[in-house]
Amino acid sequence: MPTLAPSFSALQSLFEKRIAVLDGAMGSMVQTYKLDEAAFRGERFRDHPHDLKGNNDLLCLTKPEVIEEIHGAYFAAGADIVETNTFNSTAISQADYKLEPIVRDLNLAAVAIARRAAQKAEAATPGRHCFVAGAIGPLNRTLSMSPDVNRPDYRAVTWDQVVAAYTEQINALLDGGVDALLVETIFDTLNAKAALFAIETIFEQRGDAARVPVMISVTITDASGRTLSGQTVAAFYASIRHVKPFSVGINCALGGRQMRPFIEELAQVAECYVTSYPNAGLPNAFGGYDETPADMAAVLADFAKSGFVNMVGGCCGSTPAHIAAIAQAVKDLPPRKLPAGSEPVLQLSGLEPLLVR
Amino acid sequence: MSTPSTTPSPAAASFLVIGERTNITGSPKFAKALKAGDWDACLAIAKQQVESGANVIDINVDEALIDGEATMVKFLNLIAAEPDISRVPVMLDSSKWTVLEAGLKCIQGKGIVNSISLKDGEEEFLRRAKLLLRYGAAAVVMAFDEQGQAATRDDKVRICTRAYKLLTEKVGFPATDIIFDPNILTVATGIEEHNNYAVDFFEATRIIKQTLPGAKVSGGVSNVSFSFRGNNPVREAIHTVFLYHAIRAGLDMAIVNAGMLGVYEEIPRDLRELVEDVLLNRRPDATERLVKFADELKAQQGGASKTEQKEDLAWRNASVEARLSHALVKGIDQFIEQDTEEARQKYPRPLDIIEGPLMDGMRVVGDLFGAGKMFLPQVVKSARVMKKSVAYLTPFMEEEKKRAIAAGGAARPNGKFLIATVKGDVHDIGKNIVGVVLACNNYEVTDLGVMVPCDKILAKAREIGADVIGLSGLITPSLDEMVHVAKEMKREGFTVPLLIGGATTSAAHTAVKIAPEYEHGVVHVLDASRVVNVVSALLSPEQKPAYLAENAAKQERQREEFHARRSRKPLLSLEQARARKQTFDWATIDIPRPEFLGTRIFSTDQSLNPQLSPLNLGDIVAYIDWGPFFSAWELHGRFPQILEDEVVGTEAKKLFADAQKLLERIVSEKLYTARAVIGFWPANSVGDDIEVYADESRSRVLTTFHQLRQQLEKARGSVQPLSRRFHRAEGQRPPRLHRRFRGHGRTWRRETRRRVQSETRRLQRDHGAGARRPSGRSDGRVFPQAGAHRVRLRQGREPF
Repeated sequence: MPTLAPSFSALQSLFEKRIAVLDGAMGSMVQTYKLDEAAFRGERFRDHPHDLKGNNDLLCLTKPEVIEEIHGAYFAAGADIVETNTFNSTAISQADYKLEPIVRDLNLAAVAIARRAAQKAEAATPGRHCFVAGAIGPLNRTLSMSPDVNRPDYRAVTWDQVVAAYTEQINALLDGGVDALLVETIFDTLNAKAALFAIETIFEQRGDAARVPVMISVTITDASGRTLSGQTVAAFYASIRHVKPFSVGINCALGGRQMRPFIEELAQVAECYVTSYPNAGLPNAFGGYDETPADMAAVLADFAKSGFVNMVGGCCGSTPAHIAAIAQAVKDLPPRKLPAGSEPVLQLSGLEPLLVR
Repeated sequence: MSTPSTTPSPAAASFLVIGERTNITGSPKFAKALKAGDWDACLAIAKQQVESGANVIDINVDEALIDGEATMVKFLNLIAAEPDISRVPVMLDSSKWTVLEAGLKCIQGKGIVNSISLKDGEEEFLRRAKLLLRYGAAAVVMAFDEQGQAATRDDKVRICTRAYKLLTEKVGFPATDIIFDPNILTVATGIEEHNNYAVDFFEATRIIKQTLPGAKVSGGVSNVSFSFRGNNPVREAIHTVFLYHAIRAGLDMAIVNAGMLGVYEEIPRDLRELVEDVLLNRRPDATERLVKFADELKAQQGGASKTEQKEDLAWRNASVEARLSHALVKGIDQFIEQDTEEARQKYPRPLDIIEGPLMDGMRVVGDLFGAGKMFLPQVVKSARVMKKSVAYLTPFMEEEKKRAIAAGGAARPNGKFLIATVKGDVHDIGKNIVGVVLACNNYEVTDLGVMVPCDKILAKAREIGADVIGLSGLITPSLDEMVHVAKEMKREGFTVPLLIGGATTSAAHTAVKIAPEYEHGVVHVLDASRVVNVVSALLSPEQKPAYLAENAAKQERQREEFHARRSRKPLLSLEQARARKQTFDWATIDIPRPEFLGTRIFSTDQSLNPQLSPLNLGDIVAYIDWGPFFSAWELHGRFPQILEDEVVGTEAKKLFADAQKLLERIVSEKLYTARAVIGFWPANSVGDDIEVYADESRSRVLTTFHQLRQQLEKARGSVQPLSRRFHRAEGQRPPRLHRRFRGHGRTWRRETRRRVQSETRRLQRDHGAGARRPSGRSDGRVFPQAGAHRVRLRQGREPF
């Protein structure tokens, strides 16, 4: 067994011991601060030639205290792990704001902020271990879908560009010192495969001691149980299991209740830990979310009782109050047991899985 | 022989068919199409073999004159947009590593690379294996080493074993992802050393499966019968017999023509014998005998394969409307122009086809999408077919316009429409469709594209003198941006109507948040099919005032509903609700006494039992509740108003007429036997429950209906009724009472439907306030609005 990053065994023992708790939404929390364009710009980007409001990741540089406060609130609510505010911190996503050159700064700052919040939380409760996961989002360009309805073979971005963008982000996250990498809100599996390709390449370059747990979370967009790019849960799992992920899960798009059948399916096929951080229900007509902390906690506790999950948390619309309720609801429930061993099956997939026994 | 279930033998239950027809070396038809750049034909071949039962498709574009990398990428990208094809895994097949690697960068699924081998030495072999592991692909490993291709059993086993050890021990390649190809070589060549090739393959396969745990075995079958080129019946027989034996030896998968697989038992005994003699190397003259037989057979049959499949074209026999609908739903563009032309001959105006059969077809697509039976790539394909048909019609519409001008008619467009996806949002499929539909209807459409800032929209609107402005958006922040645009329009003194559309938008949001900011009309347009009606009403001086007034009234109601929901009072406590139950003065109240107590059974068929009370099927017809019937057909609305509904009325009428015809037959031919049970019992309320007694002595309780007092506050001074749908939940009623309570089931279903709709319509908007987090798509359920049944291909379903 090679020597892995220290966070590996620490997270492993957490996941063995109990159901871990991830934080909740960043975006909806930021919205509550009602920051204006000037706040987003700060001093550093006062004269930037492009609008910056809405670029939440930029707040790591221009309003670090806000981000730290949100992380702190989640730790205080009982989260074991917070995600860095880096969902869009890649050159491809930041190109919308003409901020490609600062990607490394964004990621480093984001890790430092989350790390500070973690240290404060650990200091407040001696003996507590607080983790920081580097959030790697899906990008705003997709590798397996054409943005042009008349040119189905067209792609707005290439694999090599995506790998390069992720490589820059991941290197910065690892340099900043994250405890894990979380490739999340995956709606096009090919983008995720490119991210995982970048991760594996970087791990090989840095050596096994740099290997932190890789967590993967897919987004099932509707009742048909498929990703936006058309894959079923099992097909998706077959597409990413080659990296031997630390965990695989589902987040976003659905509320917990709608997510249930898909988490159940994933729990049946996954050979690693399983995670779920749904939205606070389905969005209402105004783009808001209605599920109360008690609602969400009840659904996730049900997942836990059913033996589906090893980590729970919240996505869009969830708040520290939601996370507190969730943490409370799952604290005495046993985590899902890893399957004993896998049978020798060749797992292939297109949009649907194909198992060759 | 069109499905995997008819693969050669029962032992082959898990045997995989890898379609070879998208292999340039395996299919002359594919080769021709690929060289000609006829991508539609290439896709049709790929689709045909998936339909014929291929579990995986092999893709090989190796040809000297073709740019392998670019071609592989283009074909894979095209396949990705064809869910009927891309549902199965891909086998990337090339002798060039660069082509394989280019292909790996295009497939989201877990595919197979065909192949790697020790041909170029250990170092290169391991380097490639490591990359495959990182890309996430299984590997076909050829029994090939630095010395060349293994032909004998022992060489095959030796090379595969060496490769297995290297892969599993040096790279950590999962054994289950290794698929050996121990080389299927051509037999019956007339060269004696070749006679044992099939046997060598069978035996090597058996040993590999026994000694290299987890590994699979595959092979390219057509090679074995290469000597019989041009004689498909014999080749098929050879393939079938070969597979029969290879599968028994442990073959897991093979590259074959999925449409050309026979059944071992169905091969004529004489032919089978001859083939087995060759494959199993049973006699020295086996080849000669088979060649002789083959020649005779060829002379008789002319070489046509009896199992060759034709695509199922039965749908081509339907009416042109049905064909257009089929083509849209299935995303088939092969015949769309020819069908469009046929429709053009039939319909007075090209536009009638767009607004008639094409929109009807898209409506079906929307319904299927809504029901989760289609998903995004399919819908996008349907949209492409739609666009192709519209493109075909466009010149005819131009022509029509010219003729109108020549006849002295109005040459001017109907009006100027400006459309844009708002700032911060990059989604545009829906917006584009709106543009096409309006342009088809002779509106001058100016499309500003995506991420358009407010000032640019308004400046352009002034510049071109837009008659209507349309805003589109898919992500939640776009809603705020739309409010902003409305405010700016007011501030800058605009007076033209504003249309709002896109997946994230809703009639409610438009009414509550946007409309109050701009007084010259803000109209929510649910989807592209509605936009023409809306725009034409808005641009007609006669219709506009009434239309806007109606729209405003509707929005006012929506605002009231919204605020009413907001200010909804909390529920009464159970005690309060119980205190308000209705009380009766039993001394004075007049309760009619039923004719009988207990049950009475009615039946249309008294021959069963003359004691049954008579019942006529025809008498029941008048009591049918048609609501659920239309609902089951996804036509939503109240009966009978639904028959006059502007959107679904026509369809509803047709459906209703069909139902009446069927009913008449049922009644006249007495197709059903109907029975009914009616029962009356003495009953008392006990708390919230109802006790039902056996007789008037009220001493024996037959059953208790458990109830719950409704806690939603009724109008002041009224009573709180029991919540009757709890009958159903409790499941307590005696079966004989069932029919009396049918109505409750209906209430319950209606309630469930309402809740499902209201929940699901909110599905999927945003993912926080980030610049463009993915939005996903809605499950497409309609926003419940009386009688509305509409195309659910809403704007903004596209990923980006």
